[in-house]
Amino acid sequence: MIKSNPFQTASPWRRNKDLIMRGLCWASMAAVIVPLCSLLLYVLFQGTHRFDLNFFRNLPAPVGVDGGGMANGIIGTLELVGIGSLIGVPVGVMAGVYLAEFGGRGNRLAFWVGYLADVLTGVPSIVTGIFAYEIVVRPLHGFSALAGGFALGSMMVPVVTRATEEMMRLVPGGLREASLALGISQWKTTLSVVLRTAQSGIATGVLLALARVAGETAPLLFTSFSNQFWPGSPMQPTASLTVQIFTYAISPFEDWHNQAWTGALVLLLMVLLVSLASRMAFSRSKQTIF
Amino acid sequence: MNMTAEKVSQANTEGPAQAGSSVSLAGESGKGDLRFRRIAACFAALVPLLALAILFILVKASMVCFQGMGWHFLVSQDWDPIKENFGAAAYIYGTLVSSFLALLIAGPLGVAIALAITEFSPLRIRGTAALVVELLAAVPSVIFGLWGMYVLAPLMRVHVEPILVAVFGHIPGIGALFVGPGTGLSLFSAGVVVAIMILPTVMAICREVFDSIPVALRESALALGSTRWEATSLAVLAPSRTGVIGALILGMGRALGETMAVTMIIGNRALITPNLLAPSDSLASAIANQFTEATSEMHLSALAELGFVLFLITMVLNLFARFLVWATSREAGAAAKAKAK
Repeated sequence: MIKSNPFQTASPWRRNKDLIMRGLCWASMAAVIVPLCSLLLYVLFQGTHRFDLNFFRNLPAPVGVDGGGMANGIIGTLELVGIGSLIGVPVGVMAGVYLAEFGGRGNRLAFWVGYLADVLTGVPSIVTGIFAYEIVVRPLHGFSALAGGFALGSMMVPVVTRATEEMMRLVPGGLREASLALGISQWKTTLSVVLRTAQSGIATGVLLALARVAGETAPLLFTSFSNQFWPGSPMQPTASLTVQIFTYAISPFEDWHNQAWTGALVLLLMVLLVSLASRMAFSRSKQTIF
Repeated sequence: MNMTAEKVSQANTEGPAQAGSSVSLAGESGKGDLRFRRIAACFAALVPLLALAILFILVKASMVCFQGMGWHFLVSQDWDPIKENFGAAAYIYGTLVSSFLALLIAGPLGVAIALAITEFSPLRIRGTAALVVELLAAVPSVIFGLWGMYVLAPLMRVHVEPILVAVFGHIPGIGALFVGPGTGLSLFSAGVVVAIMILPTVMAICREVFDSIPVALRESALALGSTRWEATSLAVLAPSRTGVIGALILGMGRALGETMAVTMIIGNRALITPNLLAPSDSLASAIANQFTEATSEMHLSALAELGFVLFLITMVLNLFARFLVWATSREAGAAAKAKAK
């Protein structure tokens, strides 16, 4: 950012120290890039062994039988994320609207909502799993997609709340005032002017939260559990891609390891594509609106 | 005209309760506004309710175990589901040591990379670097675990651990930390994997803190004849010390709660030993491994209490870190304001 000083009069020792420290900063970047590239390349290459039609079309097969897949896990993950967003998105968006439109000095509810949303983002996901177990699995006497979705949904709430609030605050005050000056009531202004303007930003926030929870394993282990068959009703144990990757990875079978790598490749592609696409869509819409 | 605009903007900032009275055109809308505000407030109230519910449920679920074991739970390392004897000390030890190790690796690296991005790299690549960092944060934990199990652990066993044992093994004191031969599934490997996972968090927050430092500070240091590094350390690192500590603690908070990757690589044997190359176990991975297999009410409750302990540790750290980050950015903001005047 700042070009180096052309009137440099530092002693050789100071100049060398400058070079060494800057070199160390760059070296640490290189040191981190190596394991990350290794991770991505391993997922990419090991993942291709079983990256075939069977993987996407078939149910898991018993050990030794060819052609097993994780189709049920892929659909199950989509189902769980769907249930999660049914719970997390409305609550998060409305809470974010409340914070942006009615929050401010003196509003004690808004202060606590914002503060506890930050606290909730720090709750370890496995703890959310215990919470969902106690509140859904125990009363219903069984693992279910509903419980898994509930766990994912409660993880989405604080993220979506903060994202919505931030995006609503970006909308220029002049737009609100123009709408109010036309005699449009406050609530209609909020919903059809402010929320409409911020919608692409909010959608980005929601998609990022979706991508994040789609990769969660810990809260699903004892809420949605797992299943060898196609996902059925939300009250049944349901397979998910992440739990299946975990089960296959810790199994002793070569073919299952390969499938775990392929599962990881599919999951990584899903998560990264959603994150990247939503970000790019947002940066384009940001240029046109603001 | 001027008056009306002022009133409208006033109504806008103060909420809809006043809107009905000040904007006479609105008429009926006052009621609708109030109703909308109430509905939004109901949804918003679910957020604090969720936080309270998590706390309440954790306390309630761990009650059975707490009544049976008392405070002994925190200091005993005897974990025996058959005899219903539960002590969390070994799990707490594993969690703290692996997270601390992760922080020891990720902390300096994260700060250095954040410096490389904000201070030493051309503007053009900064956006891309930020994007890559954010995408890395989105890589699921189970994938890090898979890589750790099949790539990192063998590498550790064959190459890294023998070197560590040969170099440090004979030094009195430090030698106790590296006793071989290891299996590759160890506290040390867990620390390395978690370090990679928390790097994006540490880096992102450090970048935010460094970016909030006014450019004028750096320029003044350079104008006084500093080298680039001296300017960075005087004008960027020194004033952002609190913020960086906050970033490190937030990273530590993430490390503590990390479940899947740790479960897959830590070896899952609860032991308290100074040897970093020995297998261990953590709070989160004990819950992940045992919860579905727990049959007795007491065992389930003991696992819930592990969760409660984990929850408390992370909450205390997070609140402290947020306070630190908030305090520095406020200071920087105040400094910028003073300069503007």
